[in-house]
Amino acid sequence: MANRGGAQRPNGSTQGKICQFKLVLLGESAVGKSSLVLRFVKGQFHEYQESTIGAAFLTQTVCLDDTTVKFEIWDTAGQERYHSLAPMYYRGAQAAIVVYDITNQDTFGRAKSWVKELQRQASPNIVIALSGNKADLANKRMVEYEEAQAYAEENGLLFMETSAKTAMNVNDIFLAIGELKQFEILLKNLSKENYLY
Amino acid sequence: MDEEYDAIVLGTGLKECILSGMLSVSGKKVLHIDRNKYYGGESASITPLEELFSRFGAPAPDETYGRGRDWNADLIPKFLMANGSLVKLLIHTGVTRYLEFKSVEGSYVYKGGKISKVPVDQKEALASDLMGMFEKRRFRNFLIYVQDVREDDPKSWKDMDPNILTMQQVYDKFGLDKNTQDFTGHALALYRNDDYLNDKALTTIRRIKLYSDSLARYGKSPYLYPMYGLGELPQGFARLSAIYGGTYMLDKPIDEIVVENGHVVGVKSGEEIARCKQVYCDPSYIPSRVNKTAQVVRCICLMDHPVPNTRDALSTQIIIPQKQVGRKSDIYVSLVSYTHQVAAKGWFIAMVSTTVETDNPEAEIKPGLELLGPIRQKFVSVSDFFQPTDDGVSSQIFISKSFDATTHFETTCDDVLDIFRRGTGEDFDFSKVKHDLGEEEP
Repeated sequence: MANRGGAQRPNGSTQGKICQFKLVLLGESAVGKSSLVLRFVKGQFHEYQESTIGAAFLTQTVCLDDTTVKFEIWDTAGQERYHSLAPMYYRGAQAAIVVYDITNQDTFGRAKSWVKELQRQASPNIVIALSGNKADLANKRMVEYEEAQAYAEENGLLFMETSAKTAMNVNDIFLAIGELKQFEILLKNLSKENYLY
Repeated sequence: MDEEYDAIVLGTGLKECILSGMLSVSGKKVLHIDRNKYYGGESASITPLEELFSRFGAPAPDETYGRGRDWNADLIPKFLMANGSLVKLLIHTGVTRYLEFKSVEGSYVYKGGKISKVPVDQKEALASDLMGMFEKRRFRNFLIYVQDVREDDPKSWKDMDPNILTMQQVYDKFGLDKNTQDFTGHALALYRNDDYLNDKALTTIRRIKLYSDSLARYGKSPYLYPMYGLGELPQGFARLSAIYGGTYMLDKPIDEIVVENGHVVGVKSGEEIARCKQVYCDPSYIPSRVNKTAQVVRCICLMDHPVPNTRDALSTQIIIPQKQVGRKSDIYVSLVSYTHQVAAKGWFIAMVSTTVETDNPEAEIKPGLELLGPIRQKFVSVSDFFQPTDDGVSSQIFISKSFDATTHFETTCDDVLDIFRRGTGEDFDFSKVKHDLGEEEP
């Protein structure tokens, strides 16, 4: 947000090496967005997770070396279902995880349009990660790993296949985002110092 | 859509979004539909700038306006009173966490062709150029009286019972002249006309206290404005509704509100019917059950400078009391700018509005436009003010009023709370909002 003039969102600030930012989840209904968050924040998984109700956003704090990274994780609250997500949702987001279901080709197509939407609407320095979820169902796979990886490389996205059920790569994808943001802030501070002296 | 709901809400204007949020929080199953593909209806902030120009049939803006996407232009000008009902609703529902606000820098009142800062405390009153020396003393005494009034303590009334005396009588007791009465009634108590003079003084005293309590919260003015424009407000309440289970459908045309035996039973879109017990909507969804009672003229002005004589304030409100320009209703000027992320760097958006009194509305706002200095682009609109023909209780169709010419959200909230009461038979219970939901560290 630093390049947006007077905005005072607390995102991305470094106070005594604490960095906090807003992360949004996007993707078709039922690809496992809420499950990923629940796994990351609470270490839980429910086979029949109900459609999202009740959480404005969840927070999770992780330590990376000497930096505390606080994620403020926004869930869609189901508003994506009829293409009715409000622009407010991505406003000021510093990171996004776009989720698809590896057993459903349509959800991958939808993920691509979310990436496009973010590139158009969100702040230019947003970090986008692509998550191919339900990796535990590899026997029903419809989206090839290589295809998604090639797409991610083309578009400068982080990419991992994840499973909220087995916890595979769930912490990893959040941490990878955290590391990138931490690095970004480090760079910004360095260039600030160079500028001053 | 082919399901049964407790309530279907039509239109995503601010009033409908607050209602939808309150209904969902109260445990009702809500379907919320808008025929447009964006949130906000009349209370949307239009982006990008090209969209605003084409909406008014103007040729596309040139490159001096900067990036079109940096603009979020409101169609209806309003500020939030820092201590007012909307802020209370935002805080009690937790919607504040999705929004950021800035305090409006200045509040001015028009007198004899020029503008002066609205004085609100004794110190400012003494320094103000609105009054002569003796009048200042009288006004100061009046302010002290208002601040000291406690409704439950007759001793604080100093032999002027605000439940019995009219406001005119209170003014007369302090010997305030017409000019002082003018800016007190219109710039502090925010009345739109002079009917209040014959009502009991207590209502006016409450309104002056609201103004000064609001001012006390942030200092420069009693008003707040949300970053990225007023259109964020309906989105925030829509998210609240969605979080409590509300279903959202934008870009969905409504063909019919289905009524059987005088009672609403559903809403039809194409071949689909969603059944429901109640409908809440804005007047545009049901023209047959509303009356046009007035018109409001609004002029959006794009400028590359602040309003002259406001100490270069990046946000301001100016009130032109009716009598100053020989009218029956006040003219309002509001200004916001790039600092609120509603315009490209260096740009300002002013809005001049009033209730229409003649058949030449554009001429009526001239005194407001003349205060602004050079204007790069003007967009004038005249909108109808609709009121529902009945209270909705028998049909269970509850219709909101259009947005009026007031510059704050107090009447908006009154309407919303009243509709909620009519629709559910009870006042909204704020304790149903679970504040700790998802906020706490696991």
